[in-house]
Amino acid sequence: MSLFEAFSGTANSLSGPLPDPTTDAGWSGDHPKRVGFFTDTSVCIGCKACEVACKEWNLVPDDGTDASDLYRLTGMSYDNTGDLGSSTWRHVAFIEDVRPHGSATAAHGGQQTGFLPAGLPAVHGGGNGHTPRDADTAPPGGGTVDLLSLLPDDGAHGQQTPDDERDVRWLMASDVCKHCTHAGCLDVCPTGALFRTEFGTVVVQDDICNGCGYCVPSCPYGVIDVRESDGGAHKCTLCYDRLGEGLEPACAKACPTNSIQFGDLDELQAAADARLAELHGRGVHEARLYGRDPDDGVGGDGAFFLLLDEPEVYGMPPDPIVTTRDLPEMWRNAALTAVGLGAAVVAAFWGGRR
Amino acid sequence: MQSPRTKALGPRTDAADEVVKSVCPYCAVGCGQDVYVRDGRVTQIEGDPDSPVSRGRLCPKGSASTSLVTSPSRVTTVRYRRPYGTEWEDLDLDTAVDMIADRVIDARRKGWQDTDDSGRVLRRTLGFSSLGGATLDNEENYLIKKLFMALGAIQVENQARI
Amino acid sequence: MAEAHPVGFQWVMEAKKRGAKIIHVDPRFTRTSAVADMHVPFRAGADIAFLGGLINYVLSEGKDFREYVTTFTNAAAIVGEDFVDTEDMAGLFSGFNAETGRYDPISWQIEGVEYEAPAAGMRDHWESDLRSDGPGQSEQGELREHHAAMASDTGGGAGDAANATGAPVRDETLQHPRCVYQVLKRHYARYTPEAVSRVCGMSAEQFLEVAHAITENSGRDRTTAWVYSVGWTHHSVGAQYIRGAAILQTLLGNMGRPGGGILALRGHASIQGSTDIPTLYDLLPGYIPMPNAHLHDTLRSFLDADAAKTGFWGNMDTYVVSLLKAWWGDAATAENDWAFDYLPRLTGDHGTYGIVRDQIDRKTYGYFVVGENPAIGHANGKMQRLGLANLEWLVVRDMQMIETATFWKDGPEIETGELATEDIGTEVFFLPCANHTEKAGTFTNTQRLLQWRREAVHPPGDARSELHFYFHLGKRIREKLAGSTDERDRPLLDLTWDYPTFGVQDEPDPESVLAEINGYDADGEHLSSYTQLKADGSTSAGCWIYTGVYADGVNQADRRKPGSEQDWVAAEWGWAWPANRRTLYNRASADAEGRPWSERKALVWWDAENETWTGHDIPDFEATKSPSYVPAEGATRQDALAGTDAFIMQADGKAWLYAPAGLADGPMPTHYEPVESPVANLLHDQQDNPALERIDRAWNRINPSQSEVYPYVFLTYRLTEHHTAGGMSRFLPYLAELQPEFFCEISPALAAERGLEHLGWATLISARTAIEARVVVTERMKPLRIGDHVVHQIGLPYHWGSNGLSTGDPANDLLGVVMDPNVHIQESKVATCDIQPGRRPRGPALLEFVESYRRKAGVEPGGIT
Repeated sequence: MSLFEAFSGTANSLSGPLPDPTTDAGWSGDHPKRVGFFTDTSVCIGCKACEVACKEWNLVPDDGTDASDLYRLTGMSYDNTGDLGSSTWRHVAFIEDVRPHGSATAAHGGQQTGFLPAGLPAVHGGGNGHTPRDADTAPPGGGTVDLLSLLPDDGAHGQQTPDDERDVRWLMASDVCKHCTHAGCLDVCPTGALFRTEFGTVVVQDDICNGCGYCVPSCPYGVIDVRESDGGAHKCTLCYDRLGEGLEPACAKACPTNSIQFGDLDELQAAADARLAELHGRGVHEARLYGRDPDDGVGGDGAFFLLLDEPEVYGMPPDPIVTTRDLPEMWRNAALTAVGLGAAVVAAFWGGRR
Repeated sequence: MQSPRTKALGPRTDAADEVVKSVCPYCAVGCGQDVYVRDGRVTQIEGDPDSPVSRGRLCPKGSASTSLVTSPSRVTTVRYRRPYGTEWEDLDLDTAVDMIADRVIDARRKGWQDTDDSGRVLRRTLGFSSLGGATLDNEENYLIKKLFMALGAIQVENQARI
Repeated sequence: MAEAHPVGFQWVMEAKKRGAKIIHVDPRFTRTSAVADMHVPFRAGADIAFLGGLINYVLSEGKDFREYVTTFTNAAAIVGEDFVDTEDMAGLFSGFNAETGRYDPISWQIEGVEYEAPAAGMRDHWESDLRSDGPGQSEQGELREHHAAMASDTGGGAGDAANATGAPVRDETLQHPRCVYQVLKRHYARYTPEAVSRVCGMSAEQFLEVAHAITENSGRDRTTAWVYSVGWTHHSVGAQYIRGAAILQTLLGNMGRPGGGILALRGHASIQGSTDIPTLYDLLPGYIPMPNAHLHDTLRSFLDADAAKTGFWGNMDTYVVSLLKAWWGDAATAENDWAFDYLPRLTGDHGTYGIVRDQIDRKTYGYFVVGENPAIGHANGKMQRLGLANLEWLVVRDMQMIETATFWKDGPEIETGELATEDIGTEVFFLPCANHTEKAGTFTNTQRLLQWRREAVHPPGDARSELHFYFHLGKRIREKLAGSTDERDRPLLDLTWDYPTFGVQDEPDPESVLAEINGYDADGEHLSSYTQLKADGSTSAGCWIYTGVYADGVNQADRRKPGSEQDWVAAEWGWAWPANRRTLYNRASADAEGRPWSERKALVWWDAENETWTGHDIPDFEATKSPSYVPAEGATRQDALAGTDAFIMQADGKAWLYAPAGLADGPMPTHYEPVESPVANLLHDQQDNPALERIDRAWNRINPSQSEVYPYVFLTYRLTEHHTAGGMSRFLPYLAELQPEFFCEISPALAAERGLEHLGWATLISARTAIEARVVVTERMKPLRIGDHVVHQIGLPYHWGSNGLSTGDPANDLLGVVMDPNVHIQESKVATCDIQPGRRPRGPALLEFVESYRRKAGVEPGGIT
């Protein structure tokens, strides 16, 4: 749906739960089931196969093509592609989450083992690095057993003093376009380049896009962007060209640990609910689903996630709202006051599409 | 609304002349690969779902295999640097192999040892050596070892110690 | 494992999903740690203390799988009276010769067994010219040292068995004070949880959590697997690290059983294959040792000295003769000892670092470098490049213009002025090679699985397969020497070298090579099993352990029945050596009577009704040998092994908890500090491995132990996004962008101590050189308290060099070369350095900078001579 359609009253729904956005977008009732991604970050090992497989399949340029600082570290842990963008359609975030020892409870998908507090895989100990090495305290010679007994048995070996201890979790998550039920990018696209496919996904058509960039701020997740080198807007297509032949998207196929799962959305949702229950059963109370809820601000996502912390920790908006949710209301108001201007703008867009 | 191009869209692997079964060239896990070929060129490499080793999955390196085999920076002609030379030069492949054969024969002779100081038979040369093999095929390693043994060249090593 | 073998790691995640506990023991917190149930941080180089602690826990708590131990191991064997343990010798075993720095293992023997020889996997470092020779050794002493140097780094199933004659004296109650069980118990008694904690830097509680977990998860119903990589082998005591794991796993009954084992994750597509069919100086195909000039005049003396009489190495005569027939065909006759004399002889160490030393000394003139990038990928890069610069000629075969090919133009020594392009006389041939899609052939993966690749496209331009290059090079050399009457050319001219070729480029047929490796019988039929091999010249086989890969004239490595259509063993995918067995020594998965230890862990078992071994896997045992079989007096070869002798490559059929022969540095692993360590050895007076190998040259200066000048530990490793020395990753944009620069990982504490800033530059200095890296400050790196020292560890991924899209200084330049005496592997997983903020000096100033550190540390001056 375009702005024009929204304004001209042919609009379909722009917010709220919507069981079948595909039909809503005008596909006939016998369209394929809506597909999507369930990205279970609790089993992500941060290998970035998804990033590479995506680029290989979609022939996306390497991330730095438009940048002057090509091949430079970002300093954000092992993440050097930074964010989703026109040339990064899958992006793996790495979060080094530091907490006082013992306060963390997430098990990163693990079971309650009793090894560590709540089975947390973590670095602990350390932190007392200000202790200078003392040049004059090399262990004295003599019998080796005596050597051991000569050492101060203050309990400080191995671990540092308790007040210095910090735990680290290393969270990894492969982010992607959410293929929203209510997709702001699609709603604002004046050219019809963005459209909803028969699979319920949202795709940019390169041969139509004129690079106006309206979609860019309309995305509540900051996913879509315009590539300088070709002037077009780009993002994940959920490998639209593969779906018709029954192939799964390149990222999901490559993913070594099946962190990225592709399938019919309803089945993925059921799998995600089961996984969440399993993790909660193991005491991983931080586990939560993100983008699963059809009542959220975008009507639920076609690509949703299991996270082990607040979405903000992963750089995801906590409460995304489709930017066009209030659009009908806005346009009604706008129409009352500035009908002529609004119509002119829309007409210009419409014309530009040809 | 679908553009005509969108309507005609399909996976480029559909156009492949053949899909060739292969194995990933990076680490030793041995993931299966499907190599898609069209007009004598590799157009895509993906994991082989049939493989009980990898189940169709590939890591970032394995996923970059198409780039590896089609890399624009790949060198496909012989490069030659003469002794004390400051630049690469071109050289015909056949000439290069012939020159190398001469140098092997020469170095073999110079480094030949019939016996050691106490007269024990050595029947070997220390004139030249070889490094590499862990990235090669078994059949290739076999020919290297066989040829070097016949030449009396004992200094054959590879990545196994590295 | 998640870092360097992500797709293999899917099975770990699968196991975790089903309830397995994942414990990651690593100095670093890696992507593996992130998803493990437990990460145990510890100090690099302290692994034997850790493993020894676990062994001590198992023995002192009586947690061993006693029935397994008494059935399958040498725990009951009585060690000879002459043996003196490190406990009583200040950290040395009996038999050490301080002058030669080597052990004579004669005092390590088992009572009742006369020492003879081990079989394959032997490493000949006797008369090693890396060190001065010992004075006046007897030939028998030489022989023993020669055999002591044998080890098993090369993975796979090399036979380590001493050729022991006579029956060992045993005490089945395990109570005799000199039985292996008790000797082991005493040896590891000091490896208490508290000692482990102090040496390794983990807490005693953490250690005990691991100990509880692995012992509770071993036994009849459960098994535990250990997975390692070069983090265990790249040490001056590396072979003993693996021995430590072997002892532990054997005590717990985890060998030869599903879900058990010690699994080496290897780093190159066919690094397993290149040890099976070895491009290694000390082996012939199938782990047959290379003959030694001093010990092996004739085939008979070779077999007498190096082939076991009992067990499957007792058939080494059939393996060797079949190999000689494969290579020299009709020219190998009974009259000429099957051309055994055609094989060149070893006299010492000709491992990779010895070769490079000889290059620098201009004792060797030519060098083929094939799919390897030693200028970046090997320890002490300067040493490597000096070797290259002193050659007469160098052939580099690769896909990209790697640093090894361009050292003469842009190597670091050009920048410092140590070398000048116009002064380097090395003639360099860069020959482009075919990639994996451009040729057919087999890789052998890390689980010994041979998988055939089919050719997809033809190589472009001048690119050729190695098969093509070496076949045609060999042909060319043979043509040039045709008609020679020189005796030394006979092996070359008599060589079977006539493979069929196809296509416009005359590509040799790789299947014909694989068929030769597999072997033929007297009628020219393809062999199906190594048990068909004969020592009478009627069979040929290029690599006996691969016999069967071309059974029935079918390329078994090309079998591709989908995994989804097979059971969990997937026996019809590819072909695993030997005999398509997927789990070695799997006889041990059943008890003495041949019954599975538990239904849950059933793998193979004795079917009494049909009088045969059967099961999910192919039994690694003679199919019809009953569990109750007792060998007759004087039986030889496999007939000498009882129905309970599961470890069929061993002369005694037993798993060795104590190794009376086969190792150059002791019968039991003992904790020694790395050569470059910030701390004293807290467990023994002996600081480092007394038998280790050194190269004492100006270009290989070693940091003093416990040096204040080089106070920090560093370790090198790989990242998921790159491959080894970068030739297959740094040149590819999609990989280069993922890890775009060389960096070091340090803790916030070390950053504060040295004033280092995140994303700023750091200079790292050792006695070899100084390199610069971007700084990544991360809480994943933690200082450890060792004794009264706080030890900081610095992480250095080693993928970078000057060429390609992603560039940086080579981490390996920082390393020196000291080696394990068994396998000549360098200690590259732990060393010391200093770190300072800012970029390193350029040009000659770098040399003076490094020299100033050496002076301060009391290290001899360094240089390129």
